[in-house]
Amino acid sequence: MSTEGQDAARLAELRQKFGREPLPPREGEAEQSPRDAQPRFRGLESGHRACQGCGEALAARLVMECAGPDVMIANATGCLEVFTTAWPQSAWRVPWVHSLFENAAAVASGMEAAMKAKGRNTKVLAFGGDGGTYDIGFQALSGMLERYHNVLYVCFDNEAYMNTGIQRSSSTPHAATTTTSPAGKERMGKRHLKKDLLSIIAAHHIPFAASASVAYAADLQRKVRYAMGVDGPTFLVVHSPCPLGWRHASAMTIEVARRAVECGLFPLVEIERGAVTNVMPIRDVRPVTDYLSLQGRFAHLMKDADSRAAEERAHLQALADYNIEVFGLRGDSPDAADTTGTAVVGRSGRPAGRI
Amino acid sequence: MLEALEGSQAIARAVALCRPDVVAAYPITPQTHIVEALSRLVAQGDMKTEFVSVESEFSAASVVLGAAAAGTRAYTATASQGVLLMAEVLFNIAGLRVPLVMTVANRAVSAPLSIWNDHSDSMAVRDSGWIQLHCADNQEAVDTTIQAFRITQETELPVMVCMDGFVLTHTFEPIDLPTQDAIDGWLPPLEFSRKLDPGDPKSLGTLVSPDFFAEVRHSHHAAMTKALSVIGEVDEAWSALTGRSCGGLLEVSGDPAARIGILAMGSTCGTIQTGMEHAAGEVGSARLIKLRAFRPFPADALRAACEGLDHLIVIDRAISPGLGGVVGTEVAATLADVPGAPRIHNHALGLGGRDIPETIYADLMATVTDPDSPAFSVFDADMEKLDPEDR
Ligand SMILES: Cc1ncc(C[n+]2csc(CCOP(=O)(O)OP(=O)(O)O)c2C)c(N)n1
Ligand code: SF4
Ligand SMILES: [Mg+2]
Repeated sequence: MSTEGQDAARLAELRQKFGREPLPPREGEAEQSPRDAQPRFRGLESGHRACQGCGEALAARLVMECAGPDVMIANATGCLEVFTTAWPQSAWRVPWVHSLFENAAAVASGMEAAMKAKGRNTKVLAFGGDGGTYDIGFQALSGMLERYHNVLYVCFDNEAYMNTGIQRSSSTPHAATTTTSPAGKERMGKRHLKKDLLSIIAAHHIPFAASASVAYAADLQRKVRYAMGVDGPTFLVVHSPCPLGWRHASAMTIEVARRAVECGLFPLVEIERGAVTNVMPIRDVRPVTDYLSLQGRFAHLMKDADSRAAEERAHLQALADYNIEVFGLRGDSPDAADTTGTAVVGRSGRPAGRI
Repeated sequence: MLEALEGSQAIARAVALCRPDVVAAYPITPQTHIVEALSRLVAQGDMKTEFVSVESEFSAASVVLGAAAAGTRAYTATASQGVLLMAEVLFNIAGLRVPLVMTVANRAVSAPLSIWNDHSDSMAVRDSGWIQLHCADNQEAVDTTIQAFRITQETELPVMVCMDGFVLTHTFEPIDLPTQDAIDGWLPPLEFSRKLDPGDPKSLGTLVSPDFFAEVRHSHHAAMTKALSVIGEVDEAWSALTGRSCGGLLEVSGDPAARIGILAMGSTCGTIQTGMEHAAGEVGSARLIKLRAFRPFPADALRAACEGLDHLIVIDRAISPGLGGVVGTEVAATLADVPGAPRIHNHALGLGGRDIPETIYADLMATVTDPDSPAFSVFDADMEKLDPEDR
């Protein structure tokens, strides 16, 4: 059995091998930029089989960069599992196990219990899609949070069962079409609302729960780093556009994700022990149609001739307005931490907003 | 030293002797006393383990899967509906080939609801790829539980220890528990070859294309077949330590010269044995075959055990509706190519906790000479209780 010392040496070696070399400081720059000071760990390698522009692949890579090599992952069935591992290949540089669709949180609980029993502090992560989190794995997740396992659970929310070919989940937005919530004479896409999962998670009064978006990498990574440091259950839901399922251009993933935040349909909030402690203010609130119009899954809402379309658009706008109201998302004045400030990258390569 | 212990208490103490790192379980009759006893041992500081009190059997199985994958010794216990709720995870555990031990306190499966003993639960997951060992009494259950931890380490296959609900779990018997020192010396530390380890990262449970799937299944089957000898060797090593054997794969007793054999699994073996002691004078004696390893199925040992028999009565404690008895069918298939194989009389008995009296021995023996005896029957079903069209 290897000792802690040997493990540390091996981890340092892996970090060297697969982490990016820190860049030398630029001329005239006294300190390193924060980005350069943080060598990027490639926990999820390139070369996997995700579609072009896959938001989930990007989100997982961003999470792994800050999680580092001293982790182990329990991954639910879904696109992320399938596109990263097809025997005998694997894109993972960290110990990783896939068991089933609905038990990632419970498998992670067992891995964490094992680390506790061995007196090690390797952090356990659990990854699931929205189907594996909002729906079928929900009970296991609630149990894991209630039992207070030291696990960071990350839900890659692409708002449908993508791996099985775009079926609705309880996270699919109202009125979006999927193969099991198609639009037609009798229906305008999904009839029900997107489940407010974060509120349910908040009701477990865990140390930290937050929503994040692939459009705001620095914000997402700050949240991951924070959660990694918490000794207890933490939860992150990352809005991850799926070009295939949402029917938008592959090059538009970031733009689509950004507009979801800017219109208020996907608010970025932080919750500590049940109370909202931080939100990302929206500098310029957009109408929801700016978001909807980029995506084929909402194409039926853009038909002027259909009176039901205007009604559903108004419905979605009301949902966005409600979020903006309850979370106080409308920024009073320009702020480095708002939706515009966070997205600006300074000339030094340093994000202009917080990190 | 002998101690009077309830079966469940004895199992909990045996598990504690094996020092599992992680225990996760969810209560269900008749397994509840095991979880409760383990919880008490942990609360009293008599057992050091991460006890994960899960919200379902599905999570219990998933937690021990995760713990075992992370390289620690893990244990769970369940019964009946719990086994079925776990079913998907049980196949997954076996397919991942992670080592862990589970007790099944055998109970019928609903509907109709029954909390009483039969083998429908473990039978329902017979093809999951787990090793399945059946215990005839509580001492055997204790011994088999400890052996299971060694078998699972040596084979890297999960082991299910089946003991009859109530009949064993709730019965007090004098039990010899080995000392902690003896077990510490006998059970080596767990070293799982494919464990999750940040120092040597591996991916477990990947997607496998048709190009590799058949090979995965073949290797699982081969590993199960190899486990046959491990089960025997571990029982011998146990016997060297304690002087007690559980019979390895199967155990033959009774009258070696008898032309009639009776094969059973679990506590029924004891009932048949006692029945024979009382009735042998009137109806003759039989060769008794206690099948301990149901998976892997000990075909060679079974053929040898049946040599010279004209008739073999096979007792099933579960039924596959539309087929009949599962054990009976498998035994018949195993003996099919043996010249002069015994005629099989397959009977399901004691379903849903129906009491199996000692007199069953004489009743079973009588079927052998009855030319109208069916190849399969639910032996103790009372036709008078059924409408004529249901008989
Ligand atoms: C018990 C069970 N039911 C259904 C499935 C089929 N299935 C596999 S992945 C999946 C959907 C995954 O959706 P999600 O969790 O949102 O992940 P995504 O693929 O969208 O990233 C489904 C329905 C399964 N694997 N297991
Ligand atoms: S279907 Fe969607 S989530 Fe799945 S790999 Fe393609 S883009 Fe990613
Ligand atoms: Mg999804």
